[in-house]
Amino acid sequence: MKLTPRNSEKLARTVVWSAAFGVIGLLFFIMAYILIKGTPSLNWQFLTQNPSDMGRSGGIFSTIIGTLMVTAVAIVVATPLGVGTAFYLTEYTREGPVTRIIRFSAESLAGIPSIVYGLFGFIFFVMYLGLGWSVLSGGLTLAVMILPTIIRTSEEAILTVPRMYREVSFSLGGTRWQTISGVVFRTALPGISTGVILGIGRSVAETAAVILTAGSSLRMPTSLFSPARTMAVHFYILAREGISMERAYGTAALMIILILLINIGANVLVNKFVARGR
Amino acid sequence: MTVEQAEHAAKMSVRNLSVYYSAKPALSGVTLDVRQNEVLAVFGPANSGTTTFLRSLNRLCEIDHSVRIEGEVFLDGASIYSPEVAVTEIRRKIGMVFEVPTPLPMSIFDNIAYGPRMNGIKSKAALDRAVEEALRMAALWDEVKDRLAGPAARLSGGQQQRLCIARVLAMKPEVILLDRSCSGLDPVSTAKVEESLRQLAKEFTIVIAPHNVQQAGRIADRVAFLLTGKLIEQGVTAQVFTNPSDKRTSDYIEGRFG
Repeated sequence: MKLTPRNSEKLARTVVWSAAFGVIGLLFFIMAYILIKGTPSLNWQFLTQNPSDMGRSGGIFSTIIGTLMVTAVAIVVATPLGVGTAFYLTEYTREGPVTRIIRFSAESLAGIPSIVYGLFGFIFFVMYLGLGWSVLSGGLTLAVMILPTIIRTSEEAILTVPRMYREVSFSLGGTRWQTISGVVFRTALPGISTGVILGIGRSVAETAAVILTAGSSLRMPTSLFSPARTMAVHFYILAREGISMERAYGTAALMIILILLINIGANVLVNKFVARGR
Repeated sequence: MTVEQAEHAAKMSVRNLSVYYSAKPALSGVTLDVRQNEVLAVFGPANSGTTTFLRSLNRLCEIDHSVRIEGEVFLDGASIYSPEVAVTEIRRKIGMVFEVPTPLPMSIFDNIAYGPRMNGIKSKAALDRAVEEALRMAALWDEVKDRLAGPAARLSGGQQQRLCIARVLAMKPEVILLDRSCSGLDPVSTAKVEESLRQLAKEFTIVIAPHNVQQAGRIADRVAFLLTGKLIEQGVTAQVFTNPSDKRTSDYIEGRFG
């Protein structure tokens, strides 16, 4: 068959469609597999009781709380730092050696395996700063890990804000900060929140960096300085040490549902904020 | 100073103004007065420096880092480029309407209230009053009074441009700059915008870069003709249009180039 424009269009269409559907299919297969395997163990006791006998019985309540605490610390620390850096890069400075160094550093940091962050967190937060295996050490380590993602996505989002919005704000006598807070931030918010949501997802799903910094204690964390086991770590240990595959799948299913809920929740919030007058 | 006498009659005085973008001259040695309550049209073919001229009157050209400005611009006899002057203050007094209608991504009300709010006005009553007054002056109130909370982006092009004019008026400026502000509009919308400009000229001083020669002829009291960044000729509109003193001016007005 000759590759006429008509045929090549058909071919391209087939390739592109099958790629897209292949990806969607794979994703749904994984999700369905875990949900089918995991949902039978999801019940009220599983959600509200603390694990006992190494996780063989009881629930996973303390690991849910551990996950939420560690992730919250990571997001609360990384969001202002990351978004602030992005605004510095885009609005407060010109392109030059400094911006190139910051961007290059952020890009390099994004490519480092998470176990290396874990090792850094262990040496710096756990040992050097003496924070021990704790929610705080884990959260701070994750904050460093997700910082590059938040910087990059926020920067991209800020750069897509039309230049004219800034000119209008300046021409009405606005200062740089009034321009950012009045129009640039709200316009870039959907993109910025995408970066934050990606960061939440990575924090919830992380194991290596968390085991080394927050520990794997099954006891309920009571403060930022308590050690904690997150759901991802719990899943890893249950599966790795063959303690209980059913409970491992149950934990994984809950993680997927949790990330889904966070995504939906963040989207609803952002749409509410942006929709004011759009 | 010898220019002081002239400055008393002028709302704004431009003295030997040159503007360079990374060493490339956009404006060379322009000296020109803007009189109180007049409509001055600064016209010329593309790249003749009219936009740069307007943007140097409210110091907006400064947001481009590569820009270099020489010469002086006075507002009521005070230099706007002197280091003690707050640039935000200058831009509040000298409002600008751009070529493309640029509603901010928010409601009609919030668009108009944007400037007053940055200026520290918070009371709902004061903002309501400022918004209604500005929209009435821009001849837009009757068309939008029932949907102030609706998105500004859904207005028509002509309405959006009058919204931008209202947004400037809400700042209570002294001078209004319009940079080819009708170029994207249909003739009916253009007529509406020009009608509101004629009304506004009674209270404000207006400098406009018209989108064509005919518009300059229709609405300007005086005109200034720029060519490649140089001021070729200025004077009363009828005078310049019927009896220009420079050959290049008559050639351009008669459509022989540009």
